Amino acid sequence: MTEKKRRPLLIRLALWVDDRTGAAKTGTSTLHKIFPNHWSFLLGEVALYSFIVLLATGVFLTFFFEASAGQVVYDGSYAPLHGQTVSQAYDSALNITFDVKAGLLMRQVHHWAALVFIAAIVIHMLRIFFTGAFRRPREMNWVIGLSLFLMSLGNGFFGYSLLDDQLSGTGIRIAYSVMISIPLVGPWIASFLFGGNFPSDEMIPRMFAIHILIIPAVILALLTVHLGMLVRHKHTHFAGGGARDDNVVGERLWPTYAFKAGGLLFIVTAFLALLGGIFQINPVWIYGPFQPENVSSASQPDWYVGWLEGSLRLMPNWEIRIGDYQVPNPFWGGVLIPGIAFGLLFAWPWIEARITGDRLEHHVLDRPRDMAWRTAIGIGALLFFTVMTIAGSDDVLAVKLDTSVNATLWTLRVLLIVAPLAGGWVTYRVCRELQKRDGPQVDPFLDDVPPPADPGDPPEAAPDNQEITA
Amino acid sequence: MTTGPENKQERLPALFFVVAIVAGLALFGVYISGGQNQAEGILLFICLGSIGAGLVLWAKRFLPPGPEVEDRGRLASTDEERDAFAADFAVGSQPIERRGFLGKLLAGAGAALGAALIIPIRSLGPSPRASFNETPWAKGVRAVDEQGNPIIRGTQPQTNGVITVFPEGQLDDEFAQTLLIRLPSDGDFTPAPGREDWTTDNLVAYSKVCTHAGCPVGLYEEFSGLLLCPCHQSTFDVNDHARPVFGPAAVPLPQLPLGWNDDNELVAEGDFSDPPGPGFWNQDALWKDAHQ
Repeated sequence: MTEKKRRPLLIRLALWVDDRTGAAKTGTSTLHKIFPNHWSFLLGEVALYSFIVLLATGVFLTFFFEASAGQVVYDGSYAPLHGQTVSQAYDSALNITFDVKAGLLMRQVHHWAALVFIAAIVIHMLRIFFTGAFRRPREMNWVIGLSLFLMSLGNGFFGYSLLDDQLSGTGIRIAYSVMISIPLVGPWIASFLFGGNFPSDEMIPRMFAIHILIIPAVILALLTVHLGMLVRHKHTHFAGGGARDDNVVGERLWPTYAFKAGGLLFIVTAFLALLGGIFQINPVWIYGPFQPENVSSASQPDWYVGWLEGSLRLMPNWEIRIGDYQVPNPFWGGVLIPGIAFGLLFAWPWIEARITGDRLEHHVLDRPRDMAWRTAIGIGALLFFTVMTIAGSDDVLAVKLDTSVNATLWTLRVLLIVAPLAGGWVTYRVCRELQKRDGPQVDPFLDDVPPPADPGDPPEAAPDNQEITA
Repeated sequence: MTTGPENKQERLPALFFVVAIVAGLALFGVYISGGQNQAEGILLFICLGSIGAGLVLWAKRFLPPGPEVEDRGRLASTDEERDAFAADFAVGSQPIERRGFLGKLLAGAGAALGAALIIPIRSLGPSPRASFNETPWAKGVRAVDEQGNPIIRGTQPQTNGVITVFPEGQLDDEFAQTLLIRLPSDGDFTPAPGREDWTTDNLVAYSKVCTHAGCPVGLYEEFSGLLLCPCHQSTFDVNDHARPVFGPAAVPLPQLPLGWNDDNELVAEGDFSDPPGPGFWNQDALWKDAHQ
């Protein structure tokens, strides 16, 4: 008993909790949790830490933001807009920017954190894809991760639409039109979501509730499952250093990894603070308040929405009309193409298992070159989204390149088909070449097994190799 | 711990933490003295970044580097556990399944509750039937400019000019916003069949809401007579009933019939030729219902 009393306060507190919960058992295994060392495993952490920054700055902003379309006359510190009638939402955004101490920093850090958050998610997702980390037993976490990505994308869009400035108003207008283009249910969904036809006075309060309550709650719930499953599955690792499918090699959470991860939390936050401090973002005071009869040309959405905008622009002016009924044009670019693209992404773990016939558990990661055809498909998909994103600013591009929008549009339409095919083919050839240079000894699956006899035939040869190399 | 190479190793992380303390205090100073965005951002960067760097260095220099190896263990339960679970579930289900009648009633109650839950969802917004197809334009409604002034015959817009007009008293109605264009007198405007008397004094009016995604069709190239939507570059030919000639828009901008009242003020002679705004599946059907 005397021994116990000499323990530090923190431990005594933990023991008090353990007396009432029995938490120490799990606590030990948590302290021992192993984190393999690889820079690419930090991408998800960058996303997580950006999300923490988003929550913190977002709570601060919530105290000052007025989610209302009610009209007020602006009389704050920003002289050029004095006397203008603006919405309360826009008014309070200017108030945060100019009249709340550290308000501009919080606003800009929040916006930058959103961009970094989604970028980190995308790169994390690419890492998962190219290394085959979505394979059994992690299919569910792939699906949850994609859902997290879609939630984040939507919340980013709602977030920058809240301020009721000229740019965001145009974005919602387009989103609304895409929504009503869905056959049968579209107009109802749009009317229910936004409280009527565009521009409804209900839109800002609705989007505010979605942005600060509904989607964050969903993200938190999904994130909890995502990380819980990560703990249950234990981390994947790359081959080498004794890593096998039945073990996990790395640093323990306590103390080494906790200090490194904690350090990364501070470093990510530091860079977000720097971005918010010195790089202006979304200067709504320059864009001016939203007026539906106005629109500025060269309006650009945040980067992660660009591919949707590009998808709308690239689509030829097709629509289906039968009598008095129609499937309007925005449906193809705004609903169908994204729907198919994300449907394939969600289904990928099962599609690939079907192609390879490999339904076994995998914890050792693939090197991208060793799965040449998967890597080729991944690069192709990436190029597809990239061309669409570029097309999202085709008018700006046409001005920069001093050509017509027409020529730019047609070039991008051709590229949308050609770039993924060509990029995929080149990727495939490069991967195969790298495999040959490695020789047969590198095999991520068979760590301790001697190489196969025939050095000309790489062990990773997938069933479709013959037809493509022929 | 206070001498030797260990001590030397401590210097850099120690420096980082000292820098973090200084930057943190400086941040206080900046805030108290009125705040300045760039200074706040940079100091916060230095403070947070130094703590982060200090922690990482601490981990790299003084904490056990590993590698540690942990057995993954078996993910799925054993066959016995799975069988036991299935058996337990089956045993528990039997007395439920035996009450088939109650089960059906419960399902019915659940369905009724589900149907009742549609009611609050229905409250979220008005029916598209009413709200998606009505513009205040009608025979005799005066057109007013963005300031609310009526358009007097022979004044604005100037030759080749364009202004945005609204139905009187509806300056906030983006759905009813209309482009009023003065055509050149020697131009090659060709009215659509049946709309020969929809223009007056070389004035023609089209809905300003793009039929593609609803952006305001804000750019007018007077020499070519083209209207351009800045959102997705849909382009409409003013001289040919605003037919789409480029971009994703598939249908023309609806035309508004124009005339003059007894005070020589511009009025609409009726509603738009077609439903304004971006399309949806039963747009034309609803429009026809409302205009018969």
